[in-house]
Amino acid sequence: MAEPARKLEVGDEVAVQIVGMNKWYGEFHVLRDINLTVYKGERIVVCGPSGSGKSTLIRCINRLEEHQAGKIIVDGIELTNDVKRIDEVRREVGMVFQHFNLFPHLTVLENLTLAPMWVRKMPKAEAEEVAMTYLTRVKIPEQAKKYPGQLSGGQQQRVAIARALCMNPRIMLFDEPTSALDPEMIKEVLDVMVDLAQTGMTMLCVTHEMGFARQVANRVIFMDQGQIIEQNSPVEFFTNPKSDRTKLFLSQILH
Amino acid sequence: MAADPANLAYVRTEEAPLLPPPANEAGVRGWLIKNLFSSPLNSLLTILVGAFLIWLIWDTVKWGLFDAVWTGENREACTGEGVGACWPLIWDKFPQWMYGFYPIDQRWRPNLVFLIGGAALIPMLIPSVGGKLWNAMFLLIFFPLITIILLSGGHVNFLAQTYAAVIALLLLAAVIVPIAAFGLEDGLQRNRPGIILAAAALLVWLGGFLVDTPSISIGFARVNALPFFSMLLAFLAGVVSLKVALADNSGAGRSALKGWALIAGGLLLAMLLLDIDFGLEPVETSQWGGLLVTLVVAVTGIVASLPIGILLALGRRSKMPVVRMFSIVFIEIWRGVPLITVLFMSSVMLPLFLPEGVNFDKLLRALVGVALFSSAYMAEVVRAGLQAIPRGQYEGAQALGLSYWQMMAKIILPQALKISIPNIVGNFISLFKDTTLVSIIGIFDLLGIVQAGLRDANWASAASAPTGYFTVALIFWVFCFGMSRYSMFIERRLATGHKR
Ligand SMILES: Nc1ncnc2c1ncn2[C@@H]1O[C@H](COP(=O)(O)OP(=O)(O)O)[C@@H](O)[C@H]1O
Ligand SMILES: [Mg+2]
Repeated sequence: MAEPARKLEVGDEVAVQIVGMNKWYGEFHVLRDINLTVYKGERIVVCGPSGSGKSTLIRCINRLEEHQAGKIIVDGIELTNDVKRIDEVRREVGMVFQHFNLFPHLTVLENLTLAPMWVRKMPKAEAEEVAMTYLTRVKIPEQAKKYPGQLSGGQQQRVAIARALCMNPRIMLFDEPTSALDPEMIKEVLDVMVDLAQTGMTMLCVTHEMGFARQVANRVIFMDQGQIIEQNSPVEFFTNPKSDRTKLFLSQILH
Repeated sequence: MAADPANLAYVRTEEAPLLPPPANEAGVRGWLIKNLFSSPLNSLLTILVGAFLIWLIWDTVKWGLFDAVWTGENREACTGEGVGACWPLIWDKFPQWMYGFYPIDQRWRPNLVFLIGGAALIPMLIPSVGGKLWNAMFLLIFFPLITIILLSGGHVNFLAQTYAAVIALLLLAAVIVPIAAFGLEDGLQRNRPGIILAAAALLVWLGGFLVDTPSISIGFARVNALPFFSMLLAFLAGVVSLKVALADNSGAGRSALKGWALIAGGLLLAMLLLDIDFGLEPVETSQWGGLLVTLVVAVTGIVASLPIGILLALGRRSKMPVVRMFSIVFIEIWRGVPLITVLFMSSVMLPLFLPEGVNFDKLLRALVGVALFSSAYMAEVVRAGLQAIPRGQYEGAQALGLSYWQMMAKIILPQALKISIPNIVGNFISLFKDTTLVSIIGIFDLLGIVQAGLRDANWASAASAPTGYFTVALIFWVFCFGMSRYSMFIERRLATGHKR
C-alpha cells in the first residue's frame, strides 16, 4: 500500500457510546453485550460474516432498530422511546444503504433538498445551493435534474451519500455501500468515501472492502454471531489477527 | 463468418451492417400478420369476431340513424312498424334528465354550478397548468360551499343552539392542540386540566341522554341544564388547552394553535355563509334530480372517499393498537354491508337513532352513507399500494429525520397512490355507477328520472324504453370512459421519469 494508515488526530470527544447493549428479534439474540465507544473524527470499519449482526448494530445507532437492553448515546443524546430524541439523533446521523434507498419519484435535486427543507426548514434556494455543492463534491452535478432510475448504480450511491451530507450530519453510517454495485462502479463510490474521510467526518462503515479499511480506517471491528470479537488498528488487524474466527474470516475474504 | 468450433480464437474484420427490420415486423402488413393472422386459429377468430362486430355495428347504426324517428310531439311519432330509436322522446325529456324537478325558472343555478365546477376542474386536470394548490383548495372548500348555497338557496337558518354546539365542539376539539404540538405523552402531561374538563364535558353530555333534567333560565332563553353545563365545561376545556399551547414558546404550540384557529374559523365562516340570506328561492333537495343528483352523489363520494380512505389505510397499518383496531373495524363493517343496505339504513334506520326534532335531509344522509361506504373500499385500495412500497423507502426517509407525516406525505403516499391509480379510478368508476342505487330510496338520479319519464303515457311506445336506456347508458359510458382514459394519461405521465 502506497499510503500508510494516516496518523489520526482523534479528539477525546465521544460521538457514539454503546454500553452493554443487547437486542433480540423475538427469541433470537441478535446482538450480545455490545460495548463500543466511537470518538469524534474516527473512521471505523465493521466487518464480519453475513448474518453476524453488522447491519443491525449500525441501524440501532439511528434507531431504525430498537435495542432492548443497555445504552446507546449518540452525540450526547441517549436513545429511548422518546420520539423527539430519536428525531434529534436522526438529524445528526446520516445513513447510506446497500440499496441506496433513493426516492424514485423525485429528481436527484429534490432527493437532496427534501430533508433540509422539511426537517431543517431551510429555504428552497439555499437548500438547492447546498445540494449542488454536495453533488459537485460527489462529481455528478450534471445529473441534478434526472430521476434516480436514469442513473447507474454507482451514480445512485453517490447521490445517496450527497443526500445524507446535505443534512450536515456529524456522524455518517454506511451499510455495505458497495455490495450492490458492479465492480467497475465500486471505485467511484469508495473514492467519494475516502474523500469524505479526509474531511474528518466521523464514520462507521460496514464493508468488506479491505483496501478501503487499510487506507482510511483507524479501527477495524470484527463481529461474529452478534458479538464484537476483535477490534484493532487496520495494520494489526490484517497482519496479526488474534482470534481464530478472525483468522478464518480473513482467510476467506482476502483470497 | 461462423466461428470454427475447433478454433475459438476469432477477430471481427468487418462491421456487421445496420439493417431495417424484416417485413413481417413493420408496416401495415406486418401489423396485420402479427396481430390478426398470426396462425390459422387466430385468422379464424379474427374473421368470426370481425363478422359479429360488423353485424352489431350495422344493426345499431340502422336502429339509431336510418330507422330512427327524429321529430314528433308525442307517442304518435314512434308507434309505427319497424321504427328504430325514438329521438323526440329525448329532446322532450332531456331537461328533466339534467335537473330532475328543479324549478324551471331556477335552472340557471345548477347551470352556474356546472359552469364553475367545469371551469375549476379543467385546469386542475391539465398537469401543465400551475397553481394546483389554490385550484385544489377552491375545488375542495369553496366550490362545495358555492354549490350548496346555489343549489339549495342557502339561508339555512341555523338555531342559536346549533352555533353554540358547534363552538363547544370546536373548543372541545382544542384539547388535541397540545397533543399535536408536543406529542402524545408530553401533550397529555402538560394539559391535564384541559383533558379532565373535556372528559367531564363528555360525561355530562352523555348524562343528558339518560336523565331528564329541568330546564333552567339563563336570562334570555330557557335551556336544558345538563347540555348547558356540558357546553360550559367544553368551553373551559378549550380555553385551558389553548392557553397551554400558547404558553410554550418553542413555536410548536403556536403553529398547532394556528392550525386549529384556521379550521375553527373556516367552519364557523362556512356556517355563517350558509346562514346568510342571498335572496335565492329555496329549492328542496327532493326537487333535485337527474344528472345533477348523480353528479352530486358521485362527486361527493369520490372527493370524500380518497382522503378518508387514505387516513383509514394509514390507520390500519399504524403501530398504535387503538387506531389500528378502529380502522379495521370501520373498514370491515362497511365492506361487509351492501350499498343498498347502507342506503336503506340511512333513510329508514338513522332517523330512529337521532334525537327527536333533529332531522337530516334525505339526500344528505345518502351522501354520508355513500361517502363512508366508498371510503372503506378506498382504504383497502390505498393499503394495497402502501404494501407495495419497499421498506427501504421508509428507512431512507426516517434516516433523514423526516417525521411520520412528512414521510407519508412526501415519500410514501406519492408512490403508493401512483401505483394505485388504476384501482383508485376503478373505484371511482364503480362508485359513479353505483350512485344509480339511490333511486331505491326515492332519490331521482339520472337512471331514476329516465325510468320515471318512460312511464309517461304521452310517450308510451315500444321504441321509448330502448331509446331511453340506450341514451342513459351512453351518458354513463362517456363519464366512465373519460375517467378511465384520464387515469391512463396520468399514469403514463407520472411514469416517464422512472423508466430505466
Ligand atoms: N427483521 C428481522 N427479523 C428477524 N431476524 C432478523 C431481522 N433482521 C435481521 N435478522 C437476523 O439477524 C441476524 C443479523 O442480521 P444482520 O444484522 O442483517 O446481519 P449482517 O448485516 O451482519 O449480515 C441475521 O441472522 C438475520 O437473519
Ligand atoms: Mg447487512
